[in-house]
Amino acid sequence: MGGSPNSASHHESFIRKYIFSTDHKVIAIQYLFLSLFFLLFGFLLMLLMRWQLAYPGQPVPFNFIGKLFGQNSMPGGVMLPEFYNQLGAMHGTIMVFLGVVPLGFAVFGNYLIPLQIGARDMAFPRLNMFSYWSFFAGGMLMLSSFFWPGGPASNGWTSYAPLSDIAHDGQTIWLFSMFIIIVSSLLSSLNFIVTIFNLRAPGMTFERLPFFIWAQLVTSFLLLLAFPPLEGAAFLQLCDRLLGTSFFLPSGLFVNGQVYNVSGGGNALLWQHLFWFLGHPEVYVLILPALGIVTEIIANNTRKNISGFNMMRVSVIFLGFLSFVVWSHHMYLTGMGTDITAFFQLTTMIISIPSIIIVSALFITLWGGSIRFTTPMIFALAFLPMFGIGGLTGLPLGLAATDIPLHDTYYVIGHFHYVVAPGVILGLFAGIYYWFPKATGRKMNDLLGHLHFWPTLITMNFVFFPMLIQGLMGVNRRLYDGGETYLFMHKVLYWNVVISWAAWVLALAQLPFIFNFFYSMFKGEKVHSDNPWESTTLEWATPTPPPHGNFTKQLTVYRDPYSYSLEGAPKDYSPQYQEEI
Amino acid sequence: MDSLLQKLLPMQPLASVEGRANDTLMYLIHGLILVLFVGWAVYFITVLIKFRQRKGVKAREVPVAHKISTSVEWTVAFLELLLLFAFSIPFWAVHQASIPKGKNILTIKVVAQQFAWNIHYAGPDGRFGHTSARFLNDNPLGLDPSDPDGKDDITTMNEIYLPVNKPVIFDLTSKDVIHSFGIPAMRVKQDVIPGMVTHVWFTPDKIGQYEVACSQLCGPGHYRMRGIIHVVSQADFDQWIQQNKGIHD
Repeated sequence: MGGSPNSASHHESFIRKYIFSTDHKVIAIQYLFLSLFFLLFGFLLMLLMRWQLAYPGQPVPFNFIGKLFGQNSMPGGVMLPEFYNQLGAMHGTIMVFLGVVPLGFAVFGNYLIPLQIGARDMAFPRLNMFSYWSFFAGGMLMLSSFFWPGGPASNGWTSYAPLSDIAHDGQTIWLFSMFIIIVSSLLSSLNFIVTIFNLRAPGMTFERLPFFIWAQLVTSFLLLLAFPPLEGAAFLQLCDRLLGTSFFLPSGLFVNGQVYNVSGGGNALLWQHLFWFLGHPEVYVLILPALGIVTEIIANNTRKNISGFNMMRVSVIFLGFLSFVVWSHHMYLTGMGTDITAFFQLTTMIISIPSIIIVSALFITLWGGSIRFTTPMIFALAFLPMFGIGGLTGLPLGLAATDIPLHDTYYVIGHFHYVVAPGVILGLFAGIYYWFPKATGRKMNDLLGHLHFWPTLITMNFVFFPMLIQGLMGVNRRLYDGGETYLFMHKVLYWNVVISWAAWVLALAQLPFIFNFFYSMFKGEKVHSDNPWESTTLEWATPTPPPHGNFTKQLTVYRDPYSYSLEGAPKDYSPQYQEEI
Repeated sequence: MDSLLQKLLPMQPLASVEGRANDTLMYLIHGLILVLFVGWAVYFITVLIKFRQRKGVKAREVPVAHKISTSVEWTVAFLELLLLFAFSIPFWAVHQASIPKGKNILTIKVVAQQFAWNIHYAGPDGRFGHTSARFLNDNPLGLDPSDPDGKDDITTMNEIYLPVNKPVIFDLTSKDVIHSFGIPAMRVKQDVIPGMVTHVWFTPDKIGQYEVACSQLCGPGHYRMRGIIHVVSQADFDQWIQQNKGIHD
């Protein structure tokens, strides 16, 4: 994609231009390929787990899969419990830290922040390159744990101590890998913040920043402030595992029939506090970039200003602050008193309000619009109700009383997957379809886009809605046999088969996307304008694809980001960078 | 009414007194969710049809929509706070964070381990025998053989007998990693954490068998860490205690 000849405004070697590039757009595309690879990989792990959940104890139908993972993981093609836990931990870790967050934050942030604010590049291009390569190293290290004796970590993506403290070596790799990935995120977020504050084009005041930039700015602050505690926690757990400390190990542990030989005195819950202090802001790190993307696409395809844009900006900042004081709602059942739970329930109910305001603003924007159902737009529109289900099912989990029966059940899995999969991931797909013409000069095919969209939307609902039903009936998450052991779960276990088949069809539904992505890169319909969607923001002022340095001349910004359908304007869009409307 | 709600919102048949309040909150909040989702869905489909792109029709701003949206937002905020202050916080204060006191209460100690529940009854004398990590190699609960209080104690693995209509308190702790003591039929769940003692209590009100499911990932055997609760009549329970006193399985 970055490889169009007209991007060579000055001569660079192949390696400097495509591998160790400092160009924010090339880095974004590097992140794109890697994060899409991780998304697919994490998804494939789950497809394998879904076999065990639908048909517990039966060998997988394809012999080579069993052989691939070997006797210690899948003897005779039947998954062992430990391997199931490893796949679960790796699915969660890879999807969150190596798939969705890099795709939303690093890919779209890198590509669009300099373009939308009118800058030639990031504030620290070399640091940006370092961020990418440390992400690459951390990701590869995480993958390599599949090849270590004993296999990868198996303690969930949350790695609760003491289970993780006393686990096999895969957990050490997990910790080192997380350590490196966090370094990468911290440097990226610093870079984004400095860029947004310092490199805006003349006239690009904070009021005129598109919502996507606001979303990325808040996301950057969340990463910058929330990740260091987990970095510290990972370091402490490494000390527990490698140096014999006991930060997370209480006295008197008796494991596997013998006294566990450590000094003790640690606290098992400390890990959870440190983890969720990142873990909850991390949820908004997942959501906000997609929300920014969806906002851009909805404004463009309704040909309208975003309604209540000011309230949206206030809400997203408020949300950012509040996301730091809700973490213990993940820990209601650790033995909390009434006062503490009352505080975290209150903050949790309050944080739902800015989310509702933002989603309502997008709903209200549709009213009075002139809605074009382009491929990116149908993805962006589907984001709204799907994210809505995800948000609404958060309410019974946020109230401590109703959390008791639902905690650690499939209700939780259904809830956050509605937020992240049919919510955030559809939003990110929308972004890929929307900015693809700018990055490549070619459009993605609309028919294939529809063939991707409809089966994806439908099967995702068949995957995640039954999970809410199972969860209400008390089916726990992380059960190797899908719940067969428990009689009380049997009534709803037939859903496991439905969910698994829906997931496998969902995988097939991604084939049109993968084909479309590569086909359109080389053979897609060429765009004849630098601004094919007739948009208002600055990224469309560049040549297509944008060369190193982005803009052919210094831009000045004259107006608000979504100046669509202005009174008295000859066209229904008035770009920020043109003086006359 | 109950059976209709059961159809709309499937949950385990309830078997405890305290769970009723929890179910009420569960129905109310899902009612709110349903109303909001259906309302938004109707609006959503309407605008997608009404405001699709048409020749000669320009997009325009409609201020009245903002006012309606704002009042919806305030209403939602109000209802959320109502559910919080009227139901959730009081429920937690009464049923989760405080433990009932009095004579007519059964206390059972549970020590979790990978991958079983060690159950400890005080026996007919009502006093628990002393336990210590020193004796964990001899018996799974670490009961001190020299303590007279422990002579009539009953210990079992994964089997719990309860008299119907009598509050029971479980004192929970773990030997190794974090587990979670969940009984869906009773609407209770509580993390079981090494180095800490946590509590959970309820009053079973239906004779029958129920299952305890470990609800926190605790290792490869997590999926089969299952306990059985037998809720029996008071007479049957007394008989069970007499028959099993001093028996340590």
